[in-house]
Amino acid sequence: MALLEVKDLHTSFFTDAGEVKAVNGVSFDLDYGKVLGIVGESGSGKSVTAYSVMQILAPTGKIVSGSIKYDGQELVGAGEKVMKDIRGNKISIIFQDPMTSLNPTYTIGRQLMEAIMLHTDRNREEARARAIEMLTLVNVNEPEKRMHQYPYEFSGGMRQRVMIAMALACEPDILIADEPTTALDVTIQAGILELMKDIQKKMGMAIIMITHDLGVVAQMCDEVIVMYAGSICEQGTEEEIFYNPRHEYTKGLMRSIPTADNNGERLQPITGTPIDLLNMPVGCPFAPRCDNAMKICLNKKCERIQINDYHQAACWMTVKEAAESGKVDQLCAAMSETEREERGQKHE
Amino acid sequence: MSDLTQNASNTPLLEVKHLKQYFDINMGFFQTKPLKAVDDISFSIREGETLGLVGESGCGKTTAGRSILHLYKPTAGEIIYRGKKIETKADIKEFRKKATMVFQDPYSSLDPRMTVADIIGEPLDIHHMYSSQEERRERILTLMEHVGLNSEHAARYAHEFSGGQRQRVGIARALAVRPDFIVCDEPVSALDVSIQAQVINMFDELQEKMNLTYLFIAHDLLVVRHISDRIAVMYLGHMVELADADAIYERPLHPYTKALISAVPVPDPKVAKANKRITLTGEIPSPLNTPSGCPFHTRCPYATDVCKQEIPAFEEIETGRFVACHRAKEINS
Repeated sequence: MALLEVKDLHTSFFTDAGEVKAVNGVSFDLDYGKVLGIVGESGSGKSVTAYSVMQILAPTGKIVSGSIKYDGQELVGAGEKVMKDIRGNKISIIFQDPMTSLNPTYTIGRQLMEAIMLHTDRNREEARARAIEMLTLVNVNEPEKRMHQYPYEFSGGMRQRVMIAMALACEPDILIADEPTTALDVTIQAGILELMKDIQKKMGMAIIMITHDLGVVAQMCDEVIVMYAGSICEQGTEEEIFYNPRHEYTKGLMRSIPTADNNGERLQPITGTPIDLLNMPVGCPFAPRCDNAMKICLNKKCERIQINDYHQAACWMTVKEAAESGKVDQLCAAMSETEREERGQKHE
Repeated sequence: MSDLTQNASNTPLLEVKHLKQYFDINMGFFQTKPLKAVDDISFSIREGETLGLVGESGCGKTTAGRSILHLYKPTAGEIIYRGKKIETKADIKEFRKKATMVFQDPYSSLDPRMTVADIIGEPLDIHHMYSSQEERRERILTLMEHVGLNSEHAARYAHEFSGGQRQRVGIARALAVRPDFIVCDEPVSALDVSIQAQVINMFDELQEKMNLTYLFIAHDLLVVRHISDRIAVMYLGHMVELADADAIYERPLHPYTKALISAVPVPDPKVAKANKRITLTGEIPSPLNTPSGCPFHTRCPYATDVCKQEIPAFEEIETGRFVACHRAKEINS
């Protein structure tokens, strides 16, 4: 049993304009000590997936169906009381903008101690000691002095360190980092990423790293999920995704980033614009922008296909390639298995 | 850029000499203190080239771009365009027909109450660059075509477009007066990766078609390397290094450039994990309290006593490579 098991998660926002299906059937497992990267463009549903796990969605948002199991315990529909115990204690989250996630009217020390006293039975003195210990862990100089300062007295990078200290103060099993370095400069970003890796080695927690930056993924992650329009396109180990991408969207992404290899050449961008989540196509959500789209892509969404033990992709092109190389039987077997599995769950 | 073209255009399109831009910050009790956003930078841009300007937030790169276009009145220094110094109001007006700007945020830089046609046409109105309404309309539609916008959308408002399309509107507006020189201030950093590539390619294509010269300001070093011929690196209002794009990536000479380049997350797991990162200690000092001597000495692993006292000269230590570091030769030999 994995530490976190997400199965067929559907999350929607019910707006005046209609239902926005932000997350559309997302499944993944996460084990202790692993770093899982979720990449995608804005509106791909990567943050909503994380917020669904924490159940901190906006009032219009709702988990429509699916299951989220933490350590075997079902969280969907578990109620606010259970979630209060999970949040901050077992699963923590840090956000993109460290300025808006800290309260400007309280000192850093008070905010750190609040989190610690809420989740553990430490008294004030012990909480204070723990807060200082955490600040030392995230390499904040002179932690005793810094405890009495307000967020405005900290730089962006330092604030993000405080957020990490706060998130890890109760030794959670899972840390969700939602674009933790997007607002920071590259040299500061490098420091924060290094810190996260070091602490993970020391504390052994699992990390879900949400980012749009493939460079950050390459540096940090063991496994990668690529999302587009609320669905998982492709999922696998980092090496598989970077060196053997099989979904047309992932391939397009890799081609469109400037690297040392395509220097001096024209980039090969993905044409078109991201789709409108209010008007989702019937078939593959990426089909309208895909250069290799076939008839079937427009009519039927591809199920996830097992490419090898470490790699799944939901793209009809992989089926076509397999058909051309005569591996159809193997594919059919893999496909019907996933379909059978999913049908079985629906009956339950 | 090859050596040949470098020699061919030996009079630069634009020269910046000892540009300083200070802002007076109110410290209370009628006291003010200068914030040195740009502190004595000099460089030149050749016709048809792209000069990338990189640095971290607060280093003065955006201010530099704006001062060059006289959006701020420079505190000191000279801007020389095609050999002529920009001084009087008339000079500035004439200069702005030749030099325009594309802004970072495609949301706040377009007036929500104007149609796209009016946004693109506004520079034409200001500079009286048409003789009839028909000509104005024609020009606007041609511009929209140039940047890949559907001309049927001319009557729409900015909010009806996506981020990438809005940035195209901003670029069409910058092209309206047929400029030679465009300051691009982080034009792609608000866009998604797949859209970013479309816009970068468009900048490349427009440059070829119209022989444009760009000052391309950005903090994404991979993008800057892709688009630039030469790159200038700024730190705390000073220019610390200027060289050919490839040279700066393959062999950075200034200690700050070394750290900056090594911190770039490379989208390739094997390279990224093998990469030896130079981690800088400390924070960027406030531009209100700049350190004495070299601005980088507080974080520099190579700093000595000289660095604390004297500001290093920005000098050409190899052909085409400018570095402001007392120990540049020593640490790179």
